[in-house]
Amino acid sequence: MSGFFNSSIGRKYAMALSAFFLIIFLVIHLAVNITSVFSEDLFNQLSHFMGTNPLIQFGLQPVLIFGVVFHFVMGFVLERKNKGARNIKYFKNNGAANSTWMSRNMIYSGLVILAFIVLHFIDFWIPELNTKYVQGDMSGLLADGEGFRYFEELQHKFVNPARVGAYVVAFILLALHLLHGFTSAFQSVGATMGRRKVMQNIGKAYSILIPLGFIVVALFHHFNH
Amino acid sequence: MNLTLKIWRQKGPQDKGKMVDYKVSEISEHMSFLEMMDVLNEQLVNSGEEPVAFDHDCREGICGMCSLHINGEAHGPDRGITTCQLHMRMFKDGDTITIEPWRAKAFPVIKDLVVDRTAFERIQQAGGYISVNTSGNTQDANSIPIPKHAADEAMDAAACIGCGACVASCKNSSAMLFVGAKVSQFALLPQGRVEATDRVKNMVAQMDLEGFGNCTNTGACEVECPKGITLENIARMNRELVKANLIKF
Amino acid sequence: MSVLDSKVPEGPIKDKWTTYKDKINLVNPANKRHIDIIVVGTGLAGGSAAATLAELGYNVKAFAYQDSPRRAHSIAAQGGINAAKNYMGDGDSVYRLFYDTVKGGDYRSREANVYRLAEVSANIIDQCVAQGVPFARDYGGLLDNRSFGGVLVSRTFYAKGQTGQQLLLGCYSAMNRQIARGKIDMYNRHEMLDVVKIDGKARGIIARNLITGELERHSAHAVVIATGGYGNVYFLSTNAMGSNATAAWKIHKKGAFFANPCFTQIHPTCIPRSGDYQSKLTLMSESLRNDGRIWVPAKLEDAKAIQQGKLKPTQIAEEDRDYYLERRYPAFGNLVPRDVASRAAKERCDAGYGVNATGEAVYLDFAAAIERYGKEQAKIHGITNASKEKLTELGEAVIEAKYGNLFQMYEKIVDENPYKTPMMIYPATHYTMGGIWVDYNLMTTVPGLYCIGEANFSDHGANRLGASALMQGLADGYFVLPYTIGDYLSDDIRTGAIPTDSKEFEETEKEVRERIDFFLNNNGTKSVDHFHKRLGKVMWDKVGMSRNAKGLKEAMAEIKQIREEFWKDVKVPGGANEMNPELEKAGRVADFLELGELFAKDALIREESCGGHFREESVEMDGEQEGEAKRNDKDYAFVSAWEYKGEPGDAVLHKEQLEFKDIELKQRSYK
Repeated sequence: MSGFFNSSIGRKYAMALSAFFLIIFLVIHLAVNITSVFSEDLFNQLSHFMGTNPLIQFGLQPVLIFGVVFHFVMGFVLERKNKGARNIKYFKNNGAANSTWMSRNMIYSGLVILAFIVLHFIDFWIPELNTKYVQGDMSGLLADGEGFRYFEELQHKFVNPARVGAYVVAFILLALHLLHGFTSAFQSVGATMGRRKVMQNIGKAYSILIPLGFIVVALFHHFNH
Repeated sequence: MNLTLKIWRQKGPQDKGKMVDYKVSEISEHMSFLEMMDVLNEQLVNSGEEPVAFDHDCREGICGMCSLHINGEAHGPDRGITTCQLHMRMFKDGDTITIEPWRAKAFPVIKDLVVDRTAFERIQQAGGYISVNTSGNTQDANSIPIPKHAADEAMDAAACIGCGACVASCKNSSAMLFVGAKVSQFALLPQGRVEATDRVKNMVAQMDLEGFGNCTNTGACEVECPKGITLENIARMNRELVKANLIKF
Repeated sequence: MSVLDSKVPEGPIKDKWTTYKDKINLVNPANKRHIDIIVVGTGLAGGSAAATLAELGYNVKAFAYQDSPRRAHSIAAQGGINAAKNYMGDGDSVYRLFYDTVKGGDYRSREANVYRLAEVSANIIDQCVAQGVPFARDYGGLLDNRSFGGVLVSRTFYAKGQTGQQLLLGCYSAMNRQIARGKIDMYNRHEMLDVVKIDGKARGIIARNLITGELERHSAHAVVIATGGYGNVYFLSTNAMGSNATAAWKIHKKGAFFANPCFTQIHPTCIPRSGDYQSKLTLMSESLRNDGRIWVPAKLEDAKAIQQGKLKPTQIAEEDRDYYLERRYPAFGNLVPRDVASRAAKERCDAGYGVNATGEAVYLDFAAAIERYGKEQAKIHGITNASKEKLTELGEAVIEAKYGNLFQMYEKIVDENPYKTPMMIYPATHYTMGGIWVDYNLMTTVPGLYCIGEANFSDHGANRLGASALMQGLADGYFVLPYTIGDYLSDDIRTGAIPTDSKEFEETEKEVRERIDFFLNNNGTKSVDHFHKRLGKVMWDKVGMSRNAKGLKEAMAEIKQIREEFWKDVKVPGGANEMNPELEKAGRVADFLELGELFAKDALIREESCGGHFREESVEMDGEQEGEAKRNDKDYAFVSAWEYKGEPGDAVLHKEQLEFKDIELKQRSYK
C-alpha cells in the first residue's frame, strides 16, 4: 500500500482524504459557532466541552492539526511538482475557456486560508492554550468567576471592523476553495462516477452555506455587542 | 480575410525557440485551419524560407496527429474537434492568432510545432492491452454477452485518439484523461477484467515515470478533448487503482 | 505459361486453405528467434502481422512514418467490418460472402484468395472481441450487425462510426504487448525509402529517420510491405496527407510486379470540394446510405437555382426530386455498390443537375428516415397523436444515435445542419484495389518480399465492397501471412543474422542519399505541392471515374511532361539531416509521378468497363442494361501485372488469367 501512496493517484487520494476530514471539521466548527447567535449558554457549554474534553483535546485535536498540516504541505508538494511538469510556459494560455478560476487557483485560495489559520491560531488558539495549559486554568470561567468566558471572548474578537473584514475575506476565499475542492475530493476517490451532477450540486450548497454561516456569526456579533 | 500569425519556431530539440510573426492574406472562411497553414507554408517555400513544421495526417479528426495550441487552447477555440477540423470561420478578418506546440515536459518539442508524444506509447506498452494471442480458435465472439451500456461506455472511452490535448490543456500537464480512458475501456469489459489489477498499476506507474503532472480535477481536459472523453474515466481509474492495491494488500 | 505463378493449391475451393495449411513448412519455435522480419506500415494489415509474427516468436522490426502505429490511416475507416458469422440468421455463409465479394469486385479477383478471406472472416471478429474491441451490441448483450452496399444480408460489425479506429487500436494493443516483451522493435517516424535485395531475395530496407534525417540500414530474412494504397496520386482523396506509394513503388522498381493499377475506388459519399485550397476530401461513411436517400432536382431550372443559391433543397417538392438510384436500380436502390453509385452521381452532375456552387454535389436526404423512425418510436413508446415536431424529434434522436458523430463532423466542415437540410455529397478517390502483385502466399515476384492489405492487389478485383477493406487487412495480417511466411522462412533457419555492411546495402543507401541530395540542391522555383496538384488534376479529369482512350493517351503524355518539369524545377527547402516535411513530400510525389503514368497505361490497355474502371467505349448499347458498364470476360478476365523496365511507359505487361470454377461469370446487375 505504501507504493500506492507514492503514486500520483495515491497522493490525490491522500489529499482527498484529508479534505474529507476538514470538510467534516468545518461542519462541527460551524455547528458550535452558530449556537452563539441564538444561545449564549449553549455556546458556552459546547465550547467548554470542546475545550476541556480529553478525548477531543488529546485525541481529535492532534489529528486535526495533522490533517491541516498534511493538507497544505501535500498541496504545496503537488503544486510544485505539477508546475514542474510544464517547463516552458505557453506564450498565450486561455485557461478561462476550459476551467473555472477556482480550480486553477486552489493554491492561492489555499494560501489565504492558511494565512487566516495562522491568524486564527494567534488570535484564538494560542491564548486558549496559554490559559488552559500554561496558566493551568481549566475552569473556563471569566476572570471574575461569573460564568463562562467563551461567549464574552467571542464577542470581543469581533469588535474590530478590520478583523471582521479579514475574517469575511478569508471565508469568501474558503468558499471559492470549496467550490472546486468539495467535488474534486469526491472525484479523486472515484465517488462521482454516475452521479457527478448531484455531487456538484451538493458541493455548491456546502461551499456557500458553510462559509456563509461563519460570516453570519462574525457579522452578527460585530453589530450586536 | 487577412491574418497575423504568431508562431513558435524552433529549429530542433536543442534550439531555444521563439515566437515569430507572419502575415497571410485572402484566407477563405471555408478553409480548414491546416489549409491556412498550407497557404502560409507555400508562401514560405516560394520566398525561400523554411516552412513551419507541424504534425498532421488524416485531416478528418481521427488519427490524433495534429496538435496545435491555438489562441491559448488545445485544438483552438471550437469544441469537440481536432485542429484539422477547425475552420477559419471561427476567426475574423484582422485577427492575430497565436500558434504554439503542446507544452509539457513529457512532450519535448522536436521542431517548430511538432512534439514527441512517445511517452503515451510507453504508457500503452506498460499494460494497455489484453493478453490474447492470435489464433483461429479464440472463443466465439458471442460467447460472452456484454451489457449494452457497458459496451457503449467502453466504446466512449475507447474513442480517445491519443492526441495529447488533455495534457496540453491541463494546467498540471497531467495525462490522466488519456490513461483513464484506456484503463476504463478494459475495466468495463469482461475480457479486460482478468488483467485489470496489473494493468492499472503498471500504466499509472509508467505515467508517473514519464513526468506528467498530477490531476487536480480542473476539468480542462474534458472540455478540450476532441472526442468527448469524460472525467468519469479518471474517477474510474482512481477506483481501479485503489481496488488493485486493496486486492494485493 | 506466364512468368506469374499464383501458387493456388489444388483441390476443392472450400478445402484449399485448410489442406494447404496442414502441409505447409513450419519453422520450429527455437529457430523463430533467429529469424528477423521487417514490417513496413502499421495499419490493420501491418499492425496485425507485426503483432502475430512477434507472438509466434519471430523478431519483428516495424516501421511507421507517423509518431505512433495507432495513427495509420486504417483508423479513418468508419462503417464496419464484414464477417460471415450469420448471427442475424439471414442466410449468410462463407460461400455467400465469397460470392458477394467476387461479384462486387466484378469478377476480377482471384477466387481462391477471396474464398480464404471469407473463410477467416469469422475468426477476425472472435479475435478482435477477445482483444477488447468494443463492437456495438444489442440489449441482449450480443453483437449487432448492419447492412452495407452491394449485398443482401446484414453482416457488418461496427463500433459506432469508428470501426477502423477500434480495430486498429486492437492491433496496436497487440503490438504494444509485443513491444513490451521486446519482440517488436518499433520504429516510429521512420520512412522506408528502398528495399535491399541480396542474391535476388529481399533482405532489408533503407529507412530514413524523419526526426534526425539519418539514413538507417535494417536487415531481415523477409520484408513485408503493408503501406496501404496509392489514392493520393489524385492529390485530393480521402487518404491521409502522408499516405504514399513510395514503399510499393520502390519494390516495384526492384522487381515486384504492379497489378491492376487502374482499379481505383471512387467512394460515392464524400463531402464535396469547396475550393482550390482544399487539401483533402472527407469521407462520410457509406453506412449513411442505409438511411439516406440520394437525389437531385428533376428539373434543370431547379438545379440551376440551387447552384446560384436562390433555392433551398427543402423548397423542392417531392415530385420534383429525382431519386436517381432508386429509379435506375429498384432492387438495390441507394445501396448499389460504390462504383455504380459514384458513376450515377457523376452522370447527373455532368448533365447539369449538381446541387452546389461547383455543380459537383448531390443530396443525401434523411428526412424520410427521420419520419419513419419517429413513427416507429412513437409506436414503441405508446405516444398516440404525436405532433409532427414530436415525431421529428424522436426520429432525429434515432438518427443521432446511429450517425451522431458523422453528422457532427459534417456540420463542422460544411456549417450546415444535416438534420434539417439534406447533406451534400460527391464521389472522391478512396481506395485502390490495384497494388503489388502477390501469389496465394502473399509473396510478390521478389522472393522474401511480401505485400499485404491495401498495398497488394488480390482480393477486391475491380471494386471493393464496403466494410471489406478492414476484413482483408486483418485477414492478411492475423491469419494468412503468419502461416505462409513460415513456408518461405523454413529455408532460412541456418542463414543467421544478415549483415548490413554488404555492398548491396551500401549501394542502395547511396542511391537513396543521392536522390535526397538532388532534391535539396535542385534550386528549382516551384513547390512540391504545385506538381502534385497538377498531377492530381490530370488524373481526376482523364483517369478518374470515366475514361477513354484519347484521354488516357493524353494523360500519359501530360504526366510524363509534369514529371520532367518536376525534376528540373522542384524546390525543396531545408536540410537532409533534420526533420524536413517538404523533403518527405518530394520523394513521395516523385514516385506518384511515375505511378500515375503506369496507372493511365493500365487503364488504356484494359478496353472494358469493370468495377471502378469505366471505359466510355465499353457500355451496353441496348436492353434493360443500356448505358451500364460492359465487361469483356472473353478478352480481359486477367490480372495485368506490370514489370518495371526503366520508364513507367515501358513497363511490360504480364497476364495472370483468372479462372472461375466456383462462380459463374455474370454481368453484374443491381436492377
